[in-house]
Amino acid sequence: MSVLVYVENSNGKLKKSSFEAVSYGASIAEKSGVPVIALAIGQIESAELEKLGKYGASKVLHVNEQTLLSFVNQAYASVVAEGARVSSAGIVVLSASFSGKALAPRVAVKLQAGYVDGVIALPEMSAGFTVRKGAFSGKAYADVTLSSDIKVLALMPNAYQLVERNTQVAIEAFSPSLQQTDFKTMVKEIVRAADKVSLPEAEIVVSGGRGLKGPENWGMVEELASLLGAATACSKPVSDAHWRPHSEHVGQTGIAVSPNLYIAIGISGAIQHLAGVSASKTIVVINKDPEAPFFKAADYGIVGDAFEVVPRLIAAVKEFKAANA
Amino acid sequence: MTMKILVCISNVPDTTTKINFSNDNKSLNTNGVQFIINPYDEIALTRALELTEAQGGTVTVLHVGDTSTEPTIRKALAIGATDAVRVNAGPRDAYFVAAQVSAYAKNQGFDLILTGRESIDYNGAQVNAMVGEMMDIPSVSVVKSLRIENGVATLEREIEGGKEVLTCPLPLVASATEGMAEPRIPNMRGIMSARTKPLNVIEPATVAQLQEIVRYEKPASRSQVKLVDAEQVNSLVQMLHQEAKVI
Repeated sequence: MSVLVYVENSNGKLKKSSFEAVSYGASIAEKSGVPVIALAIGQIESAELEKLGKYGASKVLHVNEQTLLSFVNQAYASVVAEGARVSSAGIVVLSASFSGKALAPRVAVKLQAGYVDGVIALPEMSAGFTVRKGAFSGKAYADVTLSSDIKVLALMPNAYQLVERNTQVAIEAFSPSLQQTDFKTMVKEIVRAADKVSLPEAEIVVSGGRGLKGPENWGMVEELASLLGAATACSKPVSDAHWRPHSEHVGQTGIAVSPNLYIAIGISGAIQHLAGVSASKTIVVINKDPEAPFFKAADYGIVGDAFEVVPRLIAAVKEFKAANA
Repeated sequence: MTMKILVCISNVPDTTTKINFSNDNKSLNTNGVQFIINPYDEIALTRALELTEAQGGTVTVLHVGDTSTEPTIRKALAIGATDAVRVNAGPRDAYFVAAQVSAYAKNQGFDLILTGRESIDYNGAQVNAMVGEMMDIPSVSVVKSLRIENGVATLEREIEGGKEVLTCPLPLVASATEGMAEPRIPNMRGIMSARTKPLNVIEPATVAQLQEIVRYEKPASRSQVKLVDAEQVNSLVQMLHQEAKVI
């Protein structure tokens, strides 16, 4: 038996969410006394793959095939399922990223495994196997008991801390059998703003609402975000009005985020918005209306005009960074 | 090319609902809860209608649920679906629902199967890709643009920090997110005609149970907010550094 962790890379660099997945997998494996095997697909240097040992992987199955250079979920699912079979994996861990979520359901069907998406804590394994995930878009948690032989779990980014274990790691080339029928989708183009922090994975998020009055006023939101290494986000009315793209919409019908710090500027805090941010560790609300419902769901608040407070906050962060450089 | 499209819809609590659970915390307390078509499924439905209006064809909606969910199905018919199928069973989990969709769709020759990116109740985001795997056809998740020309789909899929553009031959399963279409409000003619459109009820296929929700819990509420004077923004930065340890 083993725990298999599928790790993602971006241009040959392993993602932090994948190190989190390995740390999480290693904590489960430790309790069961089994090894953690990581599976990576793509052109990745050995030195990079060895980092997986730092978080507890004792073996890395490295797939480096020309046909798998771009992400095709159907083919990747075949590779991960075969990796699980050759490793006799009882548990398969992935990241609940866009790719992970496109892949994991197919892996689960192939392995006839129960699958929980967006897990946020280690499983309870003393009697059976029960794991916690968010439900009702952040308004609740659900505890799910899995009864299948193999279990597939997709871990929320930022939900599990990195744990260093410094395990001796062996890297093995892995050549899965691939079927032509798995390659019907063709990736034509990837469009990515290079300088932007990705919202679902961000550790800090700076978010703006209708209180900012118009898209022309987002400069200060972007400046604050860039100073903090944060992603930018917005409320639903803002994306509905096309002030900002839909991909930035945080809330019940947008993206649910779980950063360490969420800064809400000019957002009143409708129940649908609160649902999408409730998993944030610390919430700061800046709003000129002291009655805004968001203050009841916040850790820190400033009652004041965003157009005065945010520039002051930018100055204060600059000062703080200079003093702590 | 005439299109035959299947759209899978979920019946979920309205987004403004305050969630409460039954006494044993095993199920949603539906008292006073207004149910709606899952918002992402409504986007999928609208896109399906746009495609068939442009190129001809039919849009069937499929829902797994008991009789109480029929108003939601009628709403989908009012928005414009051609006909509807209700699989007469509670939607136990995503694997069960995906198996019902696959069992129904297997021999029907759909060109396209659409779902929402996830339901806003269980947030599984599973049914779409599971149907793809069960039917052995491609699946593309979280799609914000879908065009079809000469039997080939061009899709834009959301990824971290950007988008991926891909092409795929039909048949195909795709899950919709914001941007694919603007949901429509049913008009009076749609509402009237929905009453007489076919709504077929079929019995579920038998599916092994692999998982079960054993407990729901609401997140602990946050402690009292600490208000910082708008003139003293520096002290907020200090608190975030020293107390919350997030910067």
